[in-house]
Amino acid sequence: MTDIPLLSLAVWVPIIGGLLVLATGSDRNAPLARALALLVAVVGFIVTVPLYTGFDVGTSAMQFVELSPWVERFNINYHLGVDGISVLFVILNAFITIIVVVAGWQVIEEKVAQYMAAFLIMSGLMNGIFSALDGVLFYVFFEASLIPLYLVIGIWGGANRVYAAIKFFLYTLSGSLLMLIALLYLFMESGGSFSILDWHQLPLGIDAQTMIFFAFLIAFGVKVPMWPVHTWLPDAHVEAPTGGSVVLAAIALKLGAYGFLRFSLPIVPDAAQQLAPLVVTLSLIAVVYIGFVALAQSDMKKLVAYSSISHMGFVTLGFYMFNSLGIEGALVQMISHGFVSAAMFLCIGVLYDRMHSRQIADYGGVVHTMPKFAAFFMLFAMANAGLPATSGFVGEFMVILGAVQYNFWVAFLAATTLILGAAYTLWMYKRVVFGPVANKHVAELEDINGREFAILGILALCVLAMGLYPFPFTEVMHTSVNELLRHVAVSKL
Amino acid sequence: MDMQTLYLIVPLAPLFGAIVAGLFGKLVGRTGSHVVTIAGVAISFIASVLVFQDVRAGNTFNGTVYTWMVLGDLSFEIGFLIDSLTAMMMLVVTFVSLMVHIYTIGYMQGDPGYQRFFSYISLFTFSMLMLVMSNNFLQLFFGWEAVGLVSYLLIGFWHNKETAIYANLKAFLVNRVGDFGFLLGIGLIVAYTGSLNYQEVFAKAGELAAMDMDVTGWPLLTAICICLFIGAMGKSAQVPLHVWLPDSMEGPTPISALIHAATMVTAGIFMVARMSPLFELSDVALSFVVVIGATTALFMGFLGIIQNDIKRVVAYSTLSQLGYMTVALGVSAYSGAVFHLMTHAFFKALLFLAAGSVIIGMHHDQDIRNMGGLWKHMPITWFTSLLGSLALIGFPFFAGFYSKDSIIEAVHASTIPGAGYALFCVLLGVFVTAFYSFRMYFLVFHGKERFGHANHDHHDHHGDQDEEEPSADHHHGLAPGQKPHESPLVVTLPLVLLAIPSVLIGFFTIEPMLFGEFFKGVIFVGDNHVGLKELAESFHGPVAMAIHGLQTAPFWLAISGVALAWYFYLVNPAIPAAIQRTFQPLHTLLENKYYFDRFNEVVFAGGSRLLGKGLWKGGDQGLIDGVVVNGTAKLVSWVSRMSSLFQTGHLYQYAFTMIIGVFVLLTFWINRG
Repeated sequence: MTDIPLLSLAVWVPIIGGLLVLATGSDRNAPLARALALLVAVVGFIVTVPLYTGFDVGTSAMQFVELSPWVERFNINYHLGVDGISVLFVILNAFITIIVVVAGWQVIEEKVAQYMAAFLIMSGLMNGIFSALDGVLFYVFFEASLIPLYLVIGIWGGANRVYAAIKFFLYTLSGSLLMLIALLYLFMESGGSFSILDWHQLPLGIDAQTMIFFAFLIAFGVKVPMWPVHTWLPDAHVEAPTGGSVVLAAIALKLGAYGFLRFSLPIVPDAAQQLAPLVVTLSLIAVVYIGFVALAQSDMKKLVAYSSISHMGFVTLGFYMFNSLGIEGALVQMISHGFVSAAMFLCIGVLYDRMHSRQIADYGGVVHTMPKFAAFFMLFAMANAGLPATSGFVGEFMVILGAVQYNFWVAFLAATTLILGAAYTLWMYKRVVFGPVANKHVAELEDINGREFAILGILALCVLAMGLYPFPFTEVMHTSVNELLRHVAVSKL
Repeated sequence: MDMQTLYLIVPLAPLFGAIVAGLFGKLVGRTGSHVVTIAGVAISFIASVLVFQDVRAGNTFNGTVYTWMVLGDLSFEIGFLIDSLTAMMMLVVTFVSLMVHIYTIGYMQGDPGYQRFFSYISLFTFSMLMLVMSNNFLQLFFGWEAVGLVSYLLIGFWHNKETAIYANLKAFLVNRVGDFGFLLGIGLIVAYTGSLNYQEVFAKAGELAAMDMDVTGWPLLTAICICLFIGAMGKSAQVPLHVWLPDSMEGPTPISALIHAATMVTAGIFMVARMSPLFELSDVALSFVVVIGATTALFMGFLGIIQNDIKRVVAYSTLSQLGYMTVALGVSAYSGAVFHLMTHAFFKALLFLAAGSVIIGMHHDQDIRNMGGLWKHMPITWFTSLLGSLALIGFPFFAGFYSKDSIIEAVHASTIPGAGYALFCVLLGVFVTAFYSFRMYFLVFHGKERFGHANHDHHDHHGDQDEEEPSADHHHGLAPGQKPHESPLVVTLPLVLLAIPSVLIGFFTIEPMLFGEFFKGVIFVGDNHVGLKELAESFHGPVAMAIHGLQTAPFWLAISGVALAWYFYLVNPAIPAAIQRTFQPLHTLLENKYYFDRFNEVVFAGGSRLLGKGLWKGGDQGLIDGVVVNGTAKLVSWVSRMSSLFQTGHLYQYAFTMIIGVFVLLTFWINRG
């Protein structure tokens, strides 16, 4: 088993498969493109399964490592590997890809091959981000992954898609340029190494650490997105097709958060500790401020987009409290948010496909015509509100417990999400699903079909399984998180 | 079969029923659904009886079922703590639930959501059992939120009703405010003890009492207890988090009995009793509990007086009785609180189910002003209601007498700050309780028959949603000439079965529960608190207590309440109307429920929406997007426009610029030299 380059397969199977799908060409071959895309997505997922089953939870070292020279002149390597922090995201990403392919099955009727290919290639690139151990390789994947998403929003998006796509692109690109500078600086300082693991051990002065910290903060903060650089996300979500929103929320937002754990914390631990109050403050603003903003939304997708920002605020909050409850809670929250936000956007997509409206005011009484859908939507809404026995609870609970250890007032503000999250989610649910049938369009709605039932059902199982038994998820993380905390506690000055 | 399997059967049997009825409701049909859920709860009840006997024989259990998650030394577990408190709660929950399940066959007959309803109430039973059987804070919180979820689903069961879906959202959110405090309390416990397990936490209670909090400097244990109690205030509807409970009456009546009277709302009381080793060490927290409880007990009772909806009268009565239990907790009479919880579960479930029976008889008219003289037409409902009302007002020998009198005595003996105020509240509360209970009783069952010309104007507050009403009758209230009829056996049987404990249970259980060894090692009362000790010394058996009760103030207060209600509503109905006119401002205050709802609606709900809109329009769209993001874009385009001005294409301008440039450079160069 160990001889099979699993991570390379996880990266390249979707990318090459995506190119093959692209080769099917015009929409005349759409059924072929769909079938091939599903096959690739499933194979892409299957190759990631051994990453979990074969994962050694006892070590914090990188596993499934692949190392070969790439650009020898600059000491750039094709260096892949995963630890307890990243492995779950590779699997989650491959899993979500299947969901996205199936979700777009009937909905996308134009440029099918291109649509499917974009998602497959994006999936491979994102696996590259989560497993890259070389700075340049990481950067290449990080930037390259922008392109498919940009295209997805720009081509299959809504009316205002061009504005949204460009806003998304410029926002994230300007952030990552700062990261490039930081990476080059680290290359110089380390005497010519692009290895992320080398950088972890590299001693740095506090001024250099601070500069690098801010470069990373902006680069990753935009991706997360953190307040106040979050305004691209609601626009991008609103314009993106359902699949785009799913990937954006479930995976793309995790890239920034992952960057904090792989780069900021271990490379510049002193600056991270010193400036943690800043990040904690921004995170709390994200949780509270955005919670209120979500309450005021009249567009379902915008509401869930803001809810995503608020939930991601919990992630960055958890990271910068420097205790294991916080970091593991944040990681759990990331995985859970992958399921829940994906499901929420799929639910909105189900409604949008039928009514072509995202406005809450256009709905009401959906439960009468779509009872099965209403049941699923209820489950995911409750998960979004962090109800125990759903995955949404686990991470929030852990981060709040961690926050009480860190500072009571931080916990106090963070815990307001219990009220705000329930308020904006369930108020939306009430207006959309409950009540008398609002209009004749709602009266004509058809309940979810088998395909929709299948994807929502699988996600529902994931949400419940993780809520009832998070042990298998957290078990993987412990050693790596503890090692990270131990590493961060040692000054580099 | 070993006991541990039995423990598992108790919650899992109803869960199985809930899953079958919920997911396969169409397949198994209406009968299949109620058979499987009732069987599940019945098995659960029988198993609870066996567990109870086992606990009485001295066998307790405290162990893990499975490990949810581990984090360093902190382990998150699902586990059971089976002791006398748990066993008693299990019996109450499964018994009342079983009664309500049976009753539902009659009440929900013809409702399109029949299977769904059975699924929900079985799911509720499961959640509530998990809550009371827990041996740790994680599972407690699980159960806590799960019962809240089912309550939410059931209040909004008739989701066509605008009032119902408003009420369920309100209930969920107000409970979330309580959970907010509850979660912070749990967080403090974990932060300072590193454990979620009750026993481990209780073992460190002494240490906690000596500590102060890091950031705020507050005494730690007081903060923990108050945070936990805020959770209890939400779930057990204490002022000011009580606002959701009256509105929850929008749900079908069986769940008002099961969830919003007998079991779920007592979760907070149960929790504080369970946490007695913590609360006992903080007098500040106990005083807080006493004052909140006393306020609830009296002031919610007042509101019961002016209600005309039969269910709302019982709802305010529930609030008031929950206040009594809370007061008992505050004066360290935990076993008294739990005792009242138990007696109240029986007689309040009875009163609610009887109210439901009246509602069926009245064809879904809930206005007591349209009733009267029902005793003739609904004899079983009438008689059981009378027994329930007597139990509620604490008439000697009835269950409520023993529990309420014990609480009043305990308040009387207590020295905790706030106990004086509490004594005033609970004593006056006895009069108020008797008055509103018998006002309702007389208006419904005695006097002139006022039904048959239902005035539809009176139903606005519970909506006109005929197509969603549980009854097949598509009209509200009785048509002229129609008579109310006694309900079928599935409805009256639970009434009778609940009436028996409502009358007898206090008599038989007061001695072991309050003064015996029953709660030994489970409920802890500090030496500095009186609790029920003084009462124990003067206790000479339940008969002596009842006879002594005939000579005490509470009895005469209750009697005068009943007499006044009789005089006002049967003999001389002009008087209450005159009083209402004379004290119009007071009546308006009560009518508006002390303006709590208005305040919340304007300040919290309206304020949040306004704040959200302000932050969105002003912050996100105005400042961040408007000024910074689009501003940057504008700046870039301005710079490029400006620089494009220089590219005029006129050679003389370029030459001129070049010369100036050379001149400037030269100046620099020369100065540098």
